[in-house]
Amino acid sequence: MNKKRLGSIALNSPYTVWSVIFIVVPLFIVAYYAFTDKSGAFTIDNIVQLKEYKEIFGISILYSVIATLITLLISYPFAYFLSRQSEMSRRLQMMLVMLPMWMNLLIRTYSWMNILERNGLINNFLGMFGIEPIKMIGTPGAVIFGMVYNYLPYMILPIYTVMSKIEPSLLEAAEDLGCNGFNKLRRVIMPLSLPGVVSGITMVFVPSVSTFYISQKLGDGKITLVGDAIERQMQTSYNYNLGASISLVLMVMILISVAVMNRFSDEDGGMVV
Amino acid sequence: MKKITALLLAVVMMVSMSCLASCGKTNDTVKNLEGTYSREYEGTTLNVFNWGEYISDGSEGSLDVNKAFEKITGIKVNYSLYESNEAMYAKMKSEAVSYDIVIPSDYMIERLKNEDMLQKIDNTKLSNYKYIDEEYKGLYFDENNEYSVPYSVGMVGLIYNTTMVKEAPTSWNVMWDKKYKENILTFNNPRDAFAISQFLLGIDLNTTDKAEWDKAAAKLKEQNSVLQGRVMDQVFNKMEGGNAAIAPYYAGDFLTMQSNNEDLAFVYPKEGTNIFVDSICIPKNAKNYEAAMMYINFMLEPEVALANAEYICYASPNTAVVNNEDYSLKDNEILYPAEDKKPKTQYFHDLPSEIRGYYEKLWEEILIES
Amino acid sequence: MKTFGKIFNFCVYFLLYAPLLIMVFFSFNESKSTSVFTGFSLKWYNELFSKSDIMEALRNTIVLAVASAFIATILGTVAAVGLYKMRNKYLYNTMNTVTNIPMMNPDIVTGVSLMLLFVFAGKLLGLSEYLNFFTLLISHITFNIPYVILNVLPKLRQTDEHLYEAAMDLGCTPIRAFFKVVMPAIMPGVISGALMSFTLSLDDFVISYYTTGADFQTLPLKIFAMTKKTVKPDMYALSTLIFVTILVLLIVINIVQERSERKLKGDNK
Repeated sequence: MNKKRLGSIALNSPYTVWSVIFIVVPLFIVAYYAFTDKSGAFTIDNIVQLKEYKEIFGISILYSVIATLITLLISYPFAYFLSRQSEMSRRLQMMLVMLPMWMNLLIRTYSWMNILERNGLINNFLGMFGIEPIKMIGTPGAVIFGMVYNYLPYMILPIYTVMSKIEPSLLEAAEDLGCNGFNKLRRVIMPLSLPGVVSGITMVFVPSVSTFYISQKLGDGKITLVGDAIERQMQTSYNYNLGASISLVLMVMILISVAVMNRFSDEDGGMVV
Repeated sequence: MKKITALLLAVVMMVSMSCLASCGKTNDTVKNLEGTYSREYEGTTLNVFNWGEYISDGSEGSLDVNKAFEKITGIKVNYSLYESNEAMYAKMKSEAVSYDIVIPSDYMIERLKNEDMLQKIDNTKLSNYKYIDEEYKGLYFDENNEYSVPYSVGMVGLIYNTTMVKEAPTSWNVMWDKKYKENILTFNNPRDAFAISQFLLGIDLNTTDKAEWDKAAAKLKEQNSVLQGRVMDQVFNKMEGGNAAIAPYYAGDFLTMQSNNEDLAFVYPKEGTNIFVDSICIPKNAKNYEAAMMYINFMLEPEVALANAEYICYASPNTAVVNNEDYSLKDNEILYPAEDKKPKTQYFHDLPSEIRGYYEKLWEEILIES
Repeated sequence: MKTFGKIFNFCVYFLLYAPLLIMVFFSFNESKSTSVFTGFSLKWYNELFSKSDIMEALRNTIVLAVASAFIATILGTVAAVGLYKMRNKYLYNTMNTVTNIPMMNPDIVTGVSLMLLFVFAGKLLGLSEYLNFFTLLISHITFNIPYVILNVLPKLRQTDEHLYEAAMDLGCTPIRAFFKVVMPAIMPGVISGALMSFTLSLDDFVISYYTTGADFQTLPLKIFAMTKKTVKPDMYALSTLIFVTILVLLIVINIVQERSERKLKGDNK
């Protein structure tokens, strides 16, 4: 028993120490700024001011939810098909999924602009058939698309790694027991892959709520997300206080959503073990 | 496991490739040096903090200014970049890194000076200071030329695509014209965007009257419905690719765009426009003052200044450049308009923090509304 | 179903690689533009080799990404195992929340708060320079760890704990049992965590801007500082080179592996 405890402490202490110094302390710095004014006196003005931002909060969360759902819809079948292929090609493909993200974000975004602009590839192509140019850049769709594109691998990989573990014999057994395609998916694959899905959703949803670059470039600077507002306050306005308070509130909101999601996963996750 | 080996292999290859490349050929020789540069500070380092793409860096056969300086003086140049005056200010203010050279714009220099963040520069010790054009000496942010040495000058103008805009615009009000709905771009930063509506309304750019800022903001809100977007660097792709008809941007950058799309034209609107001067300063917490002075003098060398002016494509405050027959932009009428064609210009000043906070709040409202 | 799967996955790959095709295309552009193609030229590739600072930045970027991914993967895997074994529910939830914080915070908030922390610590310790390579490395590790944990945890949940206990019953020490039984089972998760860390570190600029010293510049720091100007095709050329190198390497290794494995199978028969 004692040995076990020792082991647990040994396992947990490096990361605990790390996270206290480099995550919790900076968090207190953020909180300090959020609740003080420029002279350092305590105030809740920064938080009160946030009511002007409620729409932006709403839009950011809405866009991220939509982007996360689309990402999931693309990634899930992708990961499933991937996990059914030979081991050789699976290894290669795991890298192939990630490789595009090794190119610089700015270059990738510029390239998307070349494709989606009014005079871009798609519209030029449509133009050959006499179709009027479609406005894509600068619309909410473009921003959501940017999120989906940039976070896709972060959904695919965790789902894939979990699915690759599902034994084909298990599926065969399910078939023998009379499961058809849909039931097989619902009863066997889905519950078994849930931990991967939860990880994937976290890794897509959480960072996309606070993203700023994508919305600025693909949204033509007309769509403001929370990330943009924070970036403007911290950088352009040098107003750490307001920036910190927006970010703190954002954090609370994300925490609540993640907690809700974890509750789901815990209930279903129990079935897995 | 093999995958990791492969990854490591790729990394090793890339690192060795980059090692190989670093011994490649660079143009790092200045033929005619006017100042004298001692090797007294050999082995020390100089931390330079500059805008991105704002120095001749050896591309397309140009002079690699930092390498040349290192070769002559033996001082190691640590060159880092920032994207805006504000980003530079945030990092300087934190005192996290002690830079020896920074190159902010006029209003930021005023703020840095007021906050006692700059060291004095004795320009009598700079043998090449004589080349600085009198026009750019004694400017409002540094009346006695004690804190800054002008590096580059720019003006904002209106860029338009002649295939979409038939009659040449002369006024900023074309940016509100419903004819060009969805074809108009503007700046994605408050100061530059406000300046346009302020010129149009005849308001001083540096007004401290909140009501006047309100008026300018109302004007900007009117623009929301005709605007395609607010951009900074994307303006190049947008205008070159013919994706928008009208955009305000810096004159020097127009020349770059025009070389890729001949349909583009440029005008300085009659209401007037913003002018900026980016100048070299030495921060208070600089650690290598003497080397910084040498670096400034080196930047003023006719040959070095010429290379920089050619590379940056903005106007140069250096007379040795402007009068040089080899300067490809000599007498360019956009960078150096003739006396009678010069637009009315106004500088940005550093505004009191209350006003700054006020217009930023207005800006936030404009953005949220669109 | 099989052909549908192939078509579907091909479409997703096409989506993923579409902007890279544009990138490769414009790296051969004759002019400075990245939106108007004026003619074929190799000059931007030539250009790369005359710019020593870009190559130095590239080297720095890779060194940083490898180092931070490596350390984050070790720390994160250990942390994930610890979290998995944690029986105290409150502690578990707290740690889980803390883990999510670096992902939740916008980069700029993480960057600025870490910078303030480093400056404060540096002043306390009386250092002469507050930021350097190590502060940058620490920051990158910090934002990488959550991704490792999130990749390893689901795999741990999937492993059979009885196997681990069986190994111990057969006389393995806990550490040996972990490496013999648990590690192989969670390896795919560890690898994808490492991959993600590497990727994130490779492309970060906001946090890097605030936490790096004057003497260590990475490629994203150079590229993103161009907001007033624009990116030139030489960056496209560099990215194309990297892209093609990795792609070719991956495929070659895959083919070699496949051959050797087939041979092995053949020999066994």
